[in-house]
Amino acid sequence: MVPTNYYVILSAILFGLGVFAFIFKRNVITIFMSIELMLNAVNLAFVAFSQALGKLDGQVFVLFVIVVAAAEAAVGLGIIILIARNRQTLNVERVDLLKL
Amino acid sequence: MLEYLWIVPLLPLLGSAVNGLLGAQWPNKYIIITAISSTGLAFLCALEAVREFFDSGQVLFHKEYFTWMAAGNFRAGFDLQLDQLTVVMVLVVTGVGWLIHIYATGYMTHEGGYYRFFSYLNLFMFFMLILVLAANYALLFVGWEGVGLSSYLLIGFYFLRKSAADAGKKAFIVNRIGDFGFMLGMFLLFRAFGTLDFAQIFAKADLWPKDATGQFGTLTIACLLLFMGATGKSAQLPLYVWLPDAMEGPTPVSALIHAATMVTAGVYVVARSHILFTHSPTAMLVVAIVGCATAFFAATIGLVQTDIKRVLAYSTVSQLGYMFLACGIGAFTAGIFHLMTHAFFKALLFLAAGSVIHAIGGEQDMNKMGGLGKKIRWTYATMLAATVAIAGFPPFAGFFSKDAILFAAFQSATGGRILYGLGLFTALLTAFYMFRLIFLTFSGRPRYDEKKVHVHESTWSMLGPLVVLAILSVIGGWFALPAFFQRPDYFANFLGPVFGVREAVEAGGEAAVHQLELILAGVAVVAALIGWAVAYWLYVSNPRKADDLAKSMRPAYTTLLNKFYVDELYAAFVVRPLLWLSTNVFWKAADVAGIDGTVNGIAHGAAAIGDTVRHSQSGNTRSYAVWVVAGAIVVLAVIFFWPSASKTALGLVH
Repeated sequence: MVPTNYYVILSAILFGLGVFAFIFKRNVITIFMSIELMLNAVNLAFVAFSQALGKLDGQVFVLFVIVVAAAEAAVGLGIIILIARNRQTLNVERVDLLKL
Repeated sequence: MLEYLWIVPLLPLLGSAVNGLLGAQWPNKYIIITAISSTGLAFLCALEAVREFFDSGQVLFHKEYFTWMAAGNFRAGFDLQLDQLTVVMVLVVTGVGWLIHIYATGYMTHEGGYYRFFSYLNLFMFFMLILVLAANYALLFVGWEGVGLSSYLLIGFYFLRKSAADAGKKAFIVNRIGDFGFMLGMFLLFRAFGTLDFAQIFAKADLWPKDATGQFGTLTIACLLLFMGATGKSAQLPLYVWLPDAMEGPTPVSALIHAATMVTAGVYVVARSHILFTHSPTAMLVVAIVGCATAFFAATIGLVQTDIKRVLAYSTVSQLGYMFLACGIGAFTAGIFHLMTHAFFKALLFLAAGSVIHAIGGEQDMNKMGGLGKKIRWTYATMLAATVAIAGFPPFAGFFSKDAILFAAFQSATGGRILYGLGLFTALLTAFYMFRLIFLTFSGRPRYDEKKVHVHESTWSMLGPLVVLAILSVIGGWFALPAFFQRPDYFANFLGPVFGVREAVEAGGEAAVHQLELILAGVAVVAALIGWAVAYWLYVSNPRKADDLAKSMRPAYTTLLNKFYVDELYAAFVVRPLLWLSTNVFWKAADVAGIDGTVNGIAHGAAAIGDTVRHSQSGNTRSYAVWVVAGAIVVLAVIFFWPSASKTALGLVH
């Protein structure tokens, strides 16, 4: 039986990596992937606590997060394709037309 | 009819509404019918109400129709009352007003805004009737303000002419100053008596002790404040300045408002509140002095004016001074009597002056008239009758009323001889300037261009009222014959229930008093004769003499011609400082800098903050990401390091 601590620490590390990539990467797809990473880090924490506390709430929550993440992936990728078509780039630094 | 007294004021209001709302599209004929019939019916209704009032033998008819305002134990109702004083006023207002309406239909034929004119004129009648019929000060004040409004509208009737618009404003503003005092007086009365109903106030006040002379008790102050309102409305010193300027309005307006009715409102209020005034010798003395001073002051200005209507305007101010003099020495009956006769002959004078102006094509300067007597005989005859009446020759109306006032002044205890002397001298001046007007206008050689001006007599719609008023000017005084005629003084008996039968002056016995009155009447007639003779000598037998006299007394003459520079003084000491204060303090400092500055400052502050903060919206996706992470870290930090605060925050969310 792996202690819950381990799961939670792994989850924190994964989340921190996600945040790091989210902030410092320029490629839209990489940023998108880092968001997925953060979501899944949270999922891991949910499942670990669910196991530790012996309750199913955490697992149910994880299912919801996966569903939302799938929807988000569909919309997000659609947006990325449009950006790529209109701007011929995936660099977020150059996607700032709304700026005054 | 008496039970339905409200119909009397309502009829002119209806006429005003109908003419004002529908008259614009109507031909003049319908407008005339509406205006004349509404005022005529009001007159008939008033007559019927008066007849029933006397048949019923009541002392005071009082009826509450509905409550207008009620707050706590204060009640101001639409209550009308009728007593002998009101009877005089109502009949003068509706009767003379009706005649003037008829005259105006002819006079205004060639003017634009026919419906507007009659709508305003009827509105004025409505408010004046409310004023005299009201049974409490609050309702009286409605009429009081209403006549001020109508007067403003009518003076500024030719509002495209700047002088007329200015005169309207002047009248309104000067009246407001008086009204301010009047309102304070009302508040004080309410504080003292807890009601504004005439009957209750007078009943309570009658039980109060009299204020000693020089003592400023509640009643004295209240009376002085009410009198301040009266000086505004009735054009007394120092608030008389609006009346001469009010001549900018059409002539029937001058006749109706500024001679016969509205300006008498102040006298009416003083007479109505006579119980309050008799409890305050100080206030009475002030009234008498102001009245006498105004009578003399205005008469001196009237001596040299050349505008025919202006002479009459100053004469009105002067005659109103007589009425206040009468009230101030306790001779309320004489004051009201003079009010009535004055309404007859002054309305006639104005209407006849209007007829002259009409005849000569709009000219008002008497220096450009002359010799009109033969061409417009009816106007001349009627105007002469009025002039003789105002100058005080027996048996015309003015003789009896003025004589009654002078006699009462002579008998009065406080400063009577001085008031009498000044009044007598004013009578001389009155005779002089009135005959000067007659001689300049109707006698001598024509001074207008006879080829250009076609002098024509007015139509009968104008002459009819003149003739009726001329008859009244002759016989109007016979209701109150002086005692030496050995006839009952009908007028004093008539007003007796209101003012209390005046204690006949007993000292010296009846015969001596009669003899004294006869002597004084003789003196007054002699004074009037001297006035007439001087006018005749200066303007008929030696026409050049007047100019020589004016030249030899140039300083006095120019001072009089410029009306003692009162308007200039007001401009320098009141208008300009106020204007400066309003422009620089209230407008530029308080309004523009203060109020506008605050509102605009808040808007500018919001814009400036927005301008600074908007830079955080860089449009750069990664910077947004940093903000999100930073926010999350802050929230986590708070939860970790400040658990109590985070619990409170979460508690609020739940």
